[in-house]
Amino acid sequence: MEVTLKSGATDAVAASGAPERSKMSIRNLQFYYGKYHALKNVNLEIAEKKVTAFIGPSGCGKSTLLRVFNRMFELYPEQRAEGEVMMDGDNLIRSKQDVALIRARIGMVFQKPTPFPMTIYENIAFGVRLFENMTKAQLDERVEWALRKAALWNEVKDKLAQAGTSLSGGQQQRLCIARTIAVKPDVILFDEPCSALDPISTAKIEELIDELKQEYTVAIVTHNMQQAARVSDYTAYMYLGELLEFGETDQIFIKPKKKETEDYITGRFG
Amino acid sequence: MVTGEHTMQKYDVELEQMRSRVLQMGGLAESQFKLAMEAFETADMQKADTAIASDRRLNELQRDLDAMINHLIARRQPAASDLRMIMGVAKAVTDLERVGDESAKIGRAAKWLKEKDNGFRMNRIPDLHQSGEIAARLLHRALDAFARLDGQAAASIIRDDVGIDDRFRATLRQLVTYMMEDPRSISASIDTVWVAKAIERVGDHAKNIAEHVIFIAHGADVRHVSAEEVERAVSEG
Repeated sequence: MEVTLKSGATDAVAASGAPERSKMSIRNLQFYYGKYHALKNVNLEIAEKKVTAFIGPSGCGKSTLLRVFNRMFELYPEQRAEGEVMMDGDNLIRSKQDVALIRARIGMVFQKPTPFPMTIYENIAFGVRLFENMTKAQLDERVEWALRKAALWNEVKDKLAQAGTSLSGGQQQRLCIARTIAVKPDVILFDEPCSALDPISTAKIEELIDELKQEYTVAIVTHNMQQAARVSDYTAYMYLGELLEFGETDQIFIKPKKKETEDYITGRFG
Repeated sequence: MVTGEHTMQKYDVELEQMRSRVLQMGGLAESQFKLAMEAFETADMQKADTAIASDRRLNELQRDLDAMINHLIARRQPAASDLRMIMGVAKAVTDLERVGDESAKIGRAAKWLKEKDNGFRMNRIPDLHQSGEIAARLLHRALDAFARLDGQAAASIIRDDVGIDDRFRATLRQLVTYMMEDPRSISASIDTVWVAKAIERVGDHAKNIAEHVIFIAHGADVRHVSAEEVERAVSEG
């Protein structure tokens, strides 16, 4: 309802500074796992330097959608996407660009922390070396920069040579975020980044996401609706492969337009 | 709108308990106001005492409801229509508690007037009687709109509240005339101004409750907006 939200949410967004720009445009996106039609005609704009959250029950296609953005699905031969995921004038689905390059521009953080079986330092440096030629000093600087951005530097600066796997779950997740940031992506995708973490680690990651949007476009899939409400600027509700409702997070959580969205976010689902 | 059907049934039970407790509080506020008006108009001191005393029960209900609301927010993380219901109830509770305060004021004024009216019969001022009737009716309608979450009915209450404000000004003019004509009436007239003001405030609280109903049912904040915007809000979704 325009009357309410104009006065609150919209002004708040406008007041936050930067004009809204679309970073990714998803148009008529279809996705198939073999014969199974997993995403049905999804249309959506992902706003630049904002956090867009995807919510919906298990199997609704939200993780699938995220995996299309950086072509993770290509790892499996029977999976295919149709339609457009436009970023900077390029349809990522059909792009001739090297997928490794696409994935450097569109980084991803997964549900369970996935540190490489290497030192903390190497976890960050490994990806950077693939894309850039750097001196040792430059690389040191980049590793520190990424770890600081991921709010992990102070906890690991004295043990960079230890194994990444020696860290706690929350620290490992922040290490993975640092690794993603280190290659200077445009977009960061989070697939359930906190579902394996305790509340304090979760709060740290949420705080981090809020800071990351100063410089990056963020998309997050979460089962935790309150998390979507806490961290996102926009929320998309998906159900059975369709995008049922998309809007400013305040609007979705205060006055959703569709009954299906209302039922889901108020816990009347199923 | 349904409060039921949450996957977690205890949440339904709690929301329903909150809703019925507000309606109970509303019924009590309504009868307390009527009683206070009767006490004033008939100079019935027993009714005045009862109207003053029943304010305590409303205060208790307010505290009960605030505790329920705190519990719901802390434990259930309400969203969408549930969130609007809880926010709306929290505000309606304050309005109902204030209706109780205004009724108690009328009860007390009835007692003072009994002592010093000196035959001026302030309690017979026709405008005052009529605004009392209108306020009682608005309050009743507001509670009814709340019970049914009927935005259209709530919008009509907001429209009709203007009537009370007009009568309040008419009453003031009459009382000023009395005071100029016969300074011995000043003390009783001033007490009567308090009654007129209390009635006018009850009308305002009824209107506030109507605004909360529109927020709950339509998600629109219609405080401080034009009549056209209120109409638009209730005609959309």
